Amino acid sequence: MTSIKTPPTERPTPADSTPAAALHSGTSDLRALVLNNLRQSGIYVALVVIVALFAIMTDGVLLSPGNITNIVLQYSYILVLAIGMVILIIGGHIDLSVGSVVALTGAVSAVLVIQQDHPWWVGVLAALAVGIVVGAWHGFWVAYAGIPAFIVTLAGMLLFRGLTLRVLDNISLSPFPSEYQQVAAGFLNGLLGGQGYDAFTLLIGAIAVAGYAVSGFRTRVARIRYQQPVESFPLFVARVVLVGAVLMYFAWQLAHARGLPIVLIILAVLVLVYGLLTRRTVFGRQVYAIGGNLSAAALSGVKVRTVNFWMFVNMGFLAAVAGVIYSSRSNGAQPAAGNMFELDAIAAAFIGGAAVTGGVGTVVGAMVGGLIMAVMSNGMQLMGVDQSTQSVVKGLVLLVAVAFDVYNKRRAGTAR
Amino acid sequence: MDDTILEMRRITKTFPGVTALEDVTLAVRRGEIHAICGENGAGKSTLMKVLSGVHPSGSYDGEILFDGKPMQFRGIRDSEANGIVIIHQELALVPYLSIAENIFLGTERRNRLGLIDWNLANAEAAKLLASVGLHENPVTPVIQLGVGKQQLVEIAKALSKKVRLLILDEPTAALNDIDSAHLLDLLRALRDQGITCIMISHKLNEITAIADSTTVIRDGRTVETLDMKSDEVSQQRIIRGMVGRDLDSFYPDRESSPGEEVLRIEDWTVRHPVQDRMVVEDVSVSVRAGEVVGIAGLMGAGRTELAMSVFGRSYGRDIRGRLFVRGREVQARTVAEAIDNGIAYVTEDRKRYGLNLIDDVRRNVSAAALDRLARLGWVNGNEEIKVAETSRREMNIRTPSVMAVVGKLSGGNQQKVVLSKWLFTDPDVLILDEPTRGIDVGAKYEIYTIINRLVAAGKAVIVISSELPELLGMCDRIYTLSAGRITGEMPVAEATQESLMELMTKDKELVA
Repeated sequence: MTSIKTPPTERPTPADSTPAAALHSGTSDLRALVLNNLRQSGIYVALVVIVALFAIMTDGVLLSPGNITNIVLQYSYILVLAIGMVILIIGGHIDLSVGSVVALTGAVSAVLVIQQDHPWWVGVLAALAVGIVVGAWHGFWVAYAGIPAFIVTLAGMLLFRGLTLRVLDNISLSPFPSEYQQVAAGFLNGLLGGQGYDAFTLLIGAIAVAGYAVSGFRTRVARIRYQQPVESFPLFVARVVLVGAVLMYFAWQLAHARGLPIVLIILAVLVLVYGLLTRRTVFGRQVYAIGGNLSAAALSGVKVRTVNFWMFVNMGFLAAVAGVIYSSRSNGAQPAAGNMFELDAIAAAFIGGAAVTGGVGTVVGAMVGGLIMAVMSNGMQLMGVDQSTQSVVKGLVLLVAVAFDVYNKRRAGTAR
Repeated sequence: MDDTILEMRRITKTFPGVTALEDVTLAVRRGEIHAICGENGAGKSTLMKVLSGVHPSGSYDGEILFDGKPMQFRGIRDSEANGIVIIHQELALVPYLSIAENIFLGTERRNRLGLIDWNLANAEAAKLLASVGLHENPVTPVIQLGVGKQQLVEIAKALSKKVRLLILDEPTAALNDIDSAHLLDLLRALRDQGITCIMISHKLNEITAIADSTTVIRDGRTVETLDMKSDEVSQQRIIRGMVGRDLDSFYPDRESSPGEEVLRIEDWTVRHPVQDRMVVEDVSVSVRAGEVVGIAGLMGAGRTELAMSVFGRSYGRDIRGRLFVRGREVQARTVAEAIDNGIAYVTEDRKRYGLNLIDDVRRNVSAAALDRLARLGWVNGNEEIKVAETSRREMNIRTPSVMAVVGKLSGGNQQKVVLSKWLFTDPDVLILDEPTRGIDVGAKYEIYTIINRLVAAGKAVIVISSELPELLGMCDRIYTLSAGRITGEMPVAEATQESLMELMTKDKELVA
């Protein structure tokens, strides 16, 4: 997230160990860098192209302040699901039940808050608890009973949809009290004033950019100190400026609409936490090890069952978070809520570079994959494209993305 | 006899960024066994892929003459139509199909209605099996056969294709000595029937025993072709060609001074995970600090099963027996506990059980002891790089960077990564299961040197190997294992290949 991996074919750059070296060492071979990072950067390029394409075709409506806010509100729960999903896929599993779990957790929350008049936070906590229990249920069957995740969660998909109908007694519940609605529809704004725009949103945007730059620079300094290859300094600056510009543009647009959506804060925190969890913790690394080679991981002392179990518990938790956001956004609970969400989440993970065979994928990649799907859906809706065409286009994009991935791997594989 | 069946002229094959073959020339005489030697990565397998059409005509430069006619193979089918059949190192049989079905896969025997004529297929398969000396029913599923017999099925399959030039890639790599000897006899018999054979092998003793000529390849170039009959070529001579220098000896010298006992296994008994039979029975083994102990046994004797059951009960069930580390009885019920107790096990199959091939060197090195790099569950990525760089330097892992993907390294370098991983757990005792399988002579020597360094640092080492010279060259003491039981123990000074082989086959003869 904070640094582009330099191509493995590069020789380590000889460098002295002072941070000042960070200013002038590193490779400038842009072509090698681009080629070798095609797999990672491919999806970023795809996102940019798709955004540009739809921005032109919608006469700029796509990038209008109101619509950008809309995209965030409309697809946040898919992105939350995609975080848990990509972790499972990296570990070599899958979860087909998340749509049903979104419905069930929303239903439980609605029954408590709407029917039984409990405060809003009781509904949220109960939903999260239900999600965790569901995750533990799946985790038990996959990790300890040894049933493939595909089967367990296919059963879960039916099971929890049925329980949703039972909980709701086959009717929709609505509306939630306004505090509950704030989760998905609320904004932080006006805290610092501003003329026609929200200064607070811009400040948060600026902090995010600064954080990105500082952590990127620190990683770079550390890498040089440990004599690892890094990109050249101008390239590093270019990357930070580019990302910073995109972030600030995004914040600027939000600031001119309704301010900072609360759900975006939730999402940003989750992406940050899970990004670090997958890359920097023992647990995260064990997930990759299990997905990459199960036997080797087991023979390296990884507690495979425990890790598998917690992966599913985590998915249940995130499905509940998505369930709360979705019920808040739709201002109620419906028996058919969350239908097909699992497929969007799975598609996001795979478009974002996760491998069907496990062991490969990133949280950030899944987010970009989810955004590609979101921008396409939103853009086509703006253009008035009918549902059937939307489905065809999304299907083809998924296929092409994975085909590209497979092609890349095959090419890499023939080098030996 | 001196007419040439195959000539490959000035073959050059490049992959993106790598020249795998450069101006390679190979001439094979009709009816000979022609060995091809070279270190891993020298280009042997690539050359054979060019010959068999796996790399199609046009993807390389140079020409192939077969029977004097220029050939342009676009795929395996083209080369097989001309009687060139390749048997790969990893056998390509379908496990759940029968022997006959495997033999005629793709060339099914049909009757007039276009349906498969099973009677004809099974009858022909039976004939082919007889000609390779395999006494099995053609309807037996291949999965029920051992590796040695599967190899014979592959050869029978090749014969069914009217093979004229048979290419074998490391045919004996996975075979025990008896099966290997049987296979070599078969190759001689095939040669007498006029089938020309190209054999890629690392086992120089086999090459000197069976080959009529040997072509040595180094770094993608032909070094020389040796006439094995007229030149009286020694193994040392071939090695010189392969590595470009003389190795002083296969096995580096070592001062042996064993200290106190580090690991003792007492009355170890293991039941097969599914079948109702004992795989290991009443085995007692001990190893001291600074000592290399060998375990010699044929395939199926229970060597790997013994090691893996000791290593956190990774194999088998109903495991009984006692385990002592430095005189203290320990329970190693899980791999994590075994690692905590200072035991490390380096698997015989590094690709399946040892490495995460799609991940980089750095993360593979740290995989078994990630906790040592972490505080409160957070991995210190910079320290991890440092550890990996240290391993790369000390183990001489030849990789462009510790961020390079392990799957792209050569076998020898992969093995060094596995060793690095286990050394980072700081073990007291290392169990090395076939530590030099499938790696080239130069890398073998390096692995032996590493073992000696470990022993000098006071580690205890158990080596499991199918290669008796390796055990005799490396160990202080050798146990023999046969049918799950220890049948002998002797200091290396008293051991010979013959005496070991006798003990390794002892029980089996009694049973038979």
